[in-house]
Amino acid sequence: MPPPATTASADDKPLVLLAQPLFVDFAAALEGRYRFAVLEDADEATAAEARVLLVPGLKEVTAELIGRLPALELVVATSVGLDHVDLDACRRRGLAVTNAGCAFSADSADYAVGLVIAVLRRIAAAEAYLRCGRWATDGEYPLASKVSGKRVGIVGLGRIGSLVARRLAAFGCPVAYHSRSPKPSSPYRFFPTVRALAADSDVLVLSCALTEETRRVVDREVMEALGKGGVLVNIGRGGLVDEPELVRCLREGVIGGAGLDVFENEPDVPAELFAMDNVVLSNHRAVLTPESIRGVLDIVSGNLEAFFAGRPLLSAVTL
Amino acid sequence: MESLGVLLLHPMNAYLEQELDRRCRLHRFWEAPPGAPRDEFLRAHAGSIRAVVGNASYGADAALIDALPALEIVASFSVGIDRVDLAKCRERGIRVTNTPDVLTDDVADLAVGLAIAVLRRIPQADRYVRAGQWKAKGDYALTTRLSGKRVAILGLGRIGLAVAKRAEAFGCSISYHSRSEKPFPNYKFYANVVDLAANCDALIVACSLNAETYHIVNRDVINALGPEGVLINIGRGAHVDEPELVSALVEKRLGGAGVDVYENEPFAPEQLFGLDNVVLVPHVGSDTEETCRAMADLVLANLVAHASNKQIVTPVI
Repeated sequence: MPPPATTASADDKPLVLLAQPLFVDFAAALEGRYRFAVLEDADEATAAEARVLLVPGLKEVTAELIGRLPALELVVATSVGLDHVDLDACRRRGLAVTNAGCAFSADSADYAVGLVIAVLRRIAAAEAYLRCGRWATDGEYPLASKVSGKRVGIVGLGRIGSLVARRLAAFGCPVAYHSRSPKPSSPYRFFPTVRALAADSDVLVLSCALTEETRRVVDREVMEALGKGGVLVNIGRGGLVDEPELVRCLREGVIGGAGLDVFENEPDVPAELFAMDNVVLSNHRAVLTPESIRGVLDIVSGNLEAFFAGRPLLSAVTL
Repeated sequence: MESLGVLLLHPMNAYLEQELDRRCRLHRFWEAPPGAPRDEFLRAHAGSIRAVVGNASYGADAALIDALPALEIVASFSVGIDRVDLAKCRERGIRVTNTPDVLTDDVADLAVGLAIAVLRRIPQADRYVRAGQWKAKGDYALTTRLSGKRVAILGLGRIGLAVAKRAEAFGCSISYHSRSEKPFPNYKFYANVVDLAANCDALIVACSLNAETYHIVNRDVINALGPEGVLINIGRGAHVDEPELVSALVEKRLGGAGVDVYENEPFAPEQLFGLDNVVLVPHVGSDTEETCRAMADLVLANLVAHASNKQIVTPVI
């Protein structure tokens, strides 16, 4: 049910400006507590009044957009990744920005591990083989690659990366990582560059934020370092990988396989990948479980409440 | 070992076959089609066949054992030896070996991989994207979380324990059923399989197949697992009443299934092919390059030990 552009009644519910219309679950959870206005329909008075901008999904928040909101103090995102928000502009304006915090961490990590196993053990391809009758006609499916004991390199040892590490460590996988800076409390080996990490890994999992520093961080050099038995799993952002180069590297056997939940230009997926058995493709759904949705609803709701009550925000990001 | 006559029951691993050919006197059972040619083959070679090498699908049954008077050892390229007539082997003093431990990790990895694949619908996502539906339809459905769920394991042997260790890292609680309670205070024991199924979110079959465990997952267990529960079978097809499994899935009385083994391999129930909440793989439990190599080496090591009168490495009997 679309929220009204403005409410006519003289209630003093706080105004929350929306970068785009709310998804149904959000609308239901926040119903009755706020006045909502969708930015593109809002009149000047509403734009001038708005202290909070709520960003459903991955709607872009540009410097120009926030420039039109003189009273803005807080941007509330509903995702973990903030690459769709101009964080520099937010910092210059002195805005606070909140994200989904840890709401998505477990499901993202589970999905990453699921992709690692699916690629190495060819689960999707073996199922396709079975479903089209080839087990009966062509015999055993070809041998795949063992997961346990493979060297795992995690790019970004944040909330999600740490959970990926814990899970794969239970498979006897030695875990190493690259992050902006080493984490002294972490039991895993630190590498100062992604390339060095890749050179020492059989599986490279991307679970870091997309920023100017990390854009296309997985390039040909990194993939050559990962090597022909190596597998890339991306549950971060498509922009972390040089996608045309990834397709070339897969085609040429420079790397051994990939599990991809994200792409540079969703929902476009390079068609050449469709013919490959050593690739598992997914439509950006790593966080889509009822628990994660409830979790982000709670965090969004909690952040809004805290803000309007003058209390500390739940999941403010350092800009 | 050059004089050891070995009967290989079916193609199972190129490296194993090459080594047997190189180091022993190898006979390939499948080269003699059943009927007159096979009878002729057995007449010609039975006297010199001292070893049989089988696997999960092809074993030394009573009829074959009777046809091989010189048989001394049955070496299985598998850990499960439900296809070997153990009673007959005991009677004849025939040694039986399998391949435990070397494949434990692979099978446990697959069990957890199947659980995630079913709950999160990973192969279904792959099909969806490859069919161009992300671009065309772009709808998003919620799938089921694994982390923190209740995982139940049927059989807490080597493989069951390896599954438990992995599942714990996802914050899952572990319960199990086995013939007797084991010394793992963190894992809850259930003496009754229906109770086990009623109190979990995912039930993983990891026990050996024998008379007691045939169809251990029956209609009552499947109903207890229920419309939110998933079944993962990395044991043997015969652990599960397959027609019951199919009707439960089709009628939505069971939440989902990840299956590696079937009652009538290489055939899987086609009624399941249209469902999004099943993942069906063709008995790939230990099918990795690394593990099959290790399994083959273990089969060879057992045969070498037997041929040179040394201690057999992994005897069953």
